[in-house]
Amino acid sequence: MTKKIGMYICTGCGIGDVLKVDDMVAVVEDEGTTCKTHECLCSDAGVDFLKAEVAEGTNFLGIAACSRRVNFDIFKFENTMVDRINLREGVVWSHSREKYPVPTQEQIDSDDDSFDEIQMLAEDYLRMGMVKLEKIEIPEGYKTESLSKKILVLGGGVTGISSALDAAAAGYDVTIVEKEDAIGGYAAKLRKQMPVVEPFDALVNPVIDEKIKAVEEASNITVKTGTVVARIAGQPGEFTVTFKKPGETVPFDCPLPVPEEQKVDADGNELDVEAVQEIYNQINDGREDLLSLDPDGELYGAVILAAGWRPADLDGEEYAHLGAGDADVISNAQFEEIAAKGKITRPSDGKEAKNVVFVQSPGKGDDDSDFGYAGSVTSMVSLKQAKYVREDYEDGKAYVFYQHMRTPGLQEYFYKGIQQDNGIFLSKGDVVGVTKNGSEFTVDAENTLLGEKLQVKADLVVLAGGMVPATVDDPILNLAYRQGPGFRDNDIYDGYADSNFICFPYETQRTGIYAAGCVRRSMTMEESIEDATGAALKAIQCIESVDRGVAVHPRSGDMTYPDFFFQRCTQCKRCTEECPFGALDDDEKGTPKPNPARCRRCGTCMGACPERIVGFADYTIDSIGSMIKSVWVPSEDDYYEPPMRIIALVCENDAYPALDIAAMNRLEFSADVRFIPVRCLGSVNVIWIKDALSTGVDGIMLLGCNHGDDYQCHFVKGSEIAEVRTRKMGETLQSMALEPERVAMHQVAIDEYDKLPEIVNTFADTVTELGPNPFKGF
Amino acid sequence: MTTDKANPAVGSILVVGGGISGLTTTLEAAEVGYEVYVVEKNPNLGGRVSQLNQYFPKLCPPTCGLEINYRRIKDNPKIKVMTLTEVEKVEGEPGNYEVTLKLTPRFVNEKCTACGECAKACSGEIDNEFNFGMDKTKAAYLPNDMAFPMRYVLSADISAEDGKKCEEACKYGAIDLSMEAKTMTINVGAVVWATGWKPYDATKIDNLGFGQHKNIVTNMMLERLAATNGPTKGQIVRPSDGKAPATIAFAQCAGSRDENHLPYCSYICCMASLKHATYLRAQYPDAKITIYYIDLRAPGQKYEKFYKKLKEDENVFFVKGKVAEVSEEANGNIGVVAEDAVSGEKSTQSVDMLVLATGMEPSLKTDKPSADLNYNEDGFVVNDFSKGGLFAAGCANKPADVVTSNQNATGMALKAIQTLVRR
Repeated sequence: MTKKIGMYICTGCGIGDVLKVDDMVAVVEDEGTTCKTHECLCSDAGVDFLKAEVAEGTNFLGIAACSRRVNFDIFKFENTMVDRINLREGVVWSHSREKYPVPTQEQIDSDDDSFDEIQMLAEDYLRMGMVKLEKIEIPEGYKTESLSKKILVLGGGVTGISSALDAAAAGYDVTIVEKEDAIGGYAAKLRKQMPVVEPFDALVNPVIDEKIKAVEEASNITVKTGTVVARIAGQPGEFTVTFKKPGETVPFDCPLPVPEEQKVDADGNELDVEAVQEIYNQINDGREDLLSLDPDGELYGAVILAAGWRPADLDGEEYAHLGAGDADVISNAQFEEIAAKGKITRPSDGKEAKNVVFVQSPGKGDDDSDFGYAGSVTSMVSLKQAKYVREDYEDGKAYVFYQHMRTPGLQEYFYKGIQQDNGIFLSKGDVVGVTKNGSEFTVDAENTLLGEKLQVKADLVVLAGGMVPATVDDPILNLAYRQGPGFRDNDIYDGYADSNFICFPYETQRTGIYAAGCVRRSMTMEESIEDATGAALKAIQCIESVDRGVAVHPRSGDMTYPDFFFQRCTQCKRCTEECPFGALDDDEKGTPKPNPARCRRCGTCMGACPERIVGFADYTIDSIGSMIKSVWVPSEDDYYEPPMRIIALVCENDAYPALDIAAMNRLEFSADVRFIPVRCLGSVNVIWIKDALSTGVDGIMLLGCNHGDDYQCHFVKGSEIAEVRTRKMGETLQSMALEPERVAMHQVAIDEYDKLPEIVNTFADTVTELGPNPFKGF
Repeated sequence: MTTDKANPAVGSILVVGGGISGLTTTLEAAEVGYEVYVVEKNPNLGGRVSQLNQYFPKLCPPTCGLEINYRRIKDNPKIKVMTLTEVEKVEGEPGNYEVTLKLTPRFVNEKCTACGECAKACSGEIDNEFNFGMDKTKAAYLPNDMAFPMRYVLSADISAEDGKKCEEACKYGAIDLSMEAKTMTINVGAVVWATGWKPYDATKIDNLGFGQHKNIVTNMMLERLAATNGPTKGQIVRPSDGKAPATIAFAQCAGSRDENHLPYCSYICCMASLKHATYLRAQYPDAKITIYYIDLRAPGQKYEKFYKKLKEDENVFFVKGKVAEVSEEANGNIGVVAEDAVSGEKSTQSVDMLVLATGMEPSLKTDKPSADLNYNEDGFVVNDFSKGGLFAAGCANKPADVVTSNQNATGMALKAIQTLVRR
């Protein structure tokens, strides 16, 4: 297909009133590109006009009008590439003629400097748009070699079973892997459970039996009990999975990365690549190489991690005041085991336990936290278990001491139901002591609702321990990924395999692998069942996206993917290490092996590469680099005091929309700054900055999302990595004899549009104070 | 069950409500490959969360996620967005429904470029519902800065004169005063109700004085006061005199967990008030904040940590006890009487501002469409998965925070798809 570029300038919405459109057309035509204008491109007549242009062969269109955030659906034509040049929000709405008046004829005729800064800005944006259209191509999606639509569910508890049933009901084949000899998990070991449907006011019989039956009857669900995953290799759509028995050692056990602490010597100096490789080889002796695929492995399209939880360890000094260590001071999990077998009795002597104290929160005094990993589940479980005491003994009494009864939402009805039982005593209280006199406990509580100090006699004390996610002990997934076998950054969430995103709760740092149930948060049965459905949807969606050759969230539907020019690769491994999604593996030499179906298309690899060999069809080092170089940088040859030129590389997801909103509110920016949206700041390659500075650009600013534990970067690490790279730029700048202040990064959230003018203008002032870039004009 | 597992089944899904839950169901289903209609009764998508300043516990702006979601809609030809549209009637059976939609006129057509000239020309003002009536907006207005679709709307209450002025000011022929309400029908295989919630009407809680005393606001009003695009440009000041508050009290369970109002717990209000304390602290380093509560429902590691961090603030006071009565003092301050549930002592405090942590009521409680839906006594929809076809997601189904709503809404996309597959 031959490329035919056309530039179309809209003169509506004030663009034609503020700018000299004829001059702009001339700028484009000077480059040999067709340029036409229209009074309102988004009108029916405007769109017809564009359609006629397309019909005549124009297939790369530059629409110089409003921001790409608006009228997105209007400027869509088949088999064409459309780029939007933001003249409305980016130029005329954010730069007023009051501040930047058109030079008068008198000024122009005089010898003094006179230039129209807004016009210069618009013309630069046109040049940038033109060169971008020259440099980009229409993408063709990535296809995996093989494609499996089967879903693998790790864990056969209530969550895993629910996920499997839901995926199967949508027509997909599912395999459940369970390490125990039977499926059902913890849900099969209960006497009764909290309600999962209306009315929420009483205990119900376990729902798991019915679900297990449904699994047995489903023709498209396979169950592998007594099985774990040795290795998951490959990428979504074609994961090759090796199974094994728990505890078994097999050649396709997942290779493990060298721990960070082993990458340094005794003095803390970094070991060289060969030494690290040597340690890697030792650790992984007897294991097949990371890149080799198990010929006997099974293919799956996506994975659901539903590995569940284990009861928290409640021994230890921390809980000594609660009598921890005594045989009759037990956890809620142990209590459930006893209850499931029959009447509630004491572990020490088998005596009937008629008076039971439930301790909901371990602290005393100011610490009113629940036990670790509690969630609302432990509150609910205490209430449930209190009811067991009443079921077993007419004269039984249950005491629940809590700090905050956590039965949120409709679960409140369960609390209300329990409150009706006058043999269950519920009170806020600090349990300050549990002492045993003979076979009976005395439980001391303070600050209760019934008085400052309260003493209760008990046969049994139950501690409402939390649910420790399985991922605390084991990565479970055993991914044959260079970055390691499990989810990354679980430490931010206390070991949960959770997402950092409130808006996108299933998004993890490993594409095609979705966590559900208590592995990502302490959940009730009701919540786990619900969560399982969502994870099944995401697994199906990932498979269908791979089949269509498009990216998943957040660049859903994107047909591009990173392309590597390996002949120039120096095996520096930066792309492999920095990819937020672990999309790249590498061989022994360090040559990267991209797995495009794992990729989210943020371009962090492109930003990382010192050889600049990574690019996307419509987004390359050259496309952005050329845009930067196309900005006209006036020098002293042009003016006595040439205006400053600043390039701002801007996160297109948050900072760029914020600029638009600022413009809508007519907040003004320095006319010296040219904004370029980037996929993520992680994709910013320092070569852009170096090249800009060496062509005389006076300053570069990066605007990206907040990072840190509560990061807002949609690509997890992009903005953080950009910050590190920017910091390192300091040395490079000094070697070029430039001030490090010429490059700066700022974190801005999308709603901080009101702060943007100050951030941008202050930077422009700083650069102005530094004076012109000495490279200007060379 | 379909024999062709290789491709998504045929059929479309209707999502009712374009708030965060509805958007999630819409996008998650569409990105599997299904055609989805999303109808929203307001002129723009975003729903309740678009009124929030930040989410707990990350303290990040909801517009960040909304913007990505809007972008996903823009990039997905399978999604059809209809604003100012409500569902009147659903007839049929799972896999085959005929839905009657009611469309309210916008008086602005798709030629609108969002240039804003109509608003400039219009002189009449209306109460700004987005800011809970705390300020006014022109009768020709953009619903908010980040509205999607980015298109103006003329209030039904606009004067004939203003309408005319708008029409004349618009260079693009986008004002159409002849638009009328109309109905239309569409055929879909499944419907997901993501109709969300509305704040419980605080004027119904007699003893808490809302609507009688100016310096008593609701938690949702505080969100708007804290937001940059709110009525005070983000400055939290008290309504009567614009004074910076030095003492603020929060009355938790304002309506919730109360047999006379909402018997259930509204799930979000405890965390919301903790979050509001962070808003106040950011603006007023020395302000004294008291939170009156029954139980502080901050379950789970993330929420418990958030609560713990706030407890370290020595100017945030937590009192276990319900606010019993309020009064207005001569200087506009609010007298707050509460009983400490532990000590049994009655306390009286004078504060500059009282925030009522009002709960959530399902929107469908009062506006029930003609459809085969099962409700509980509170107006939440009870899902019947064995029957299929019609489902409720997010807060139409139960009180929930945003993350839980999104989990639920993702799952409901699959339940809807299953209905189409089973056909």
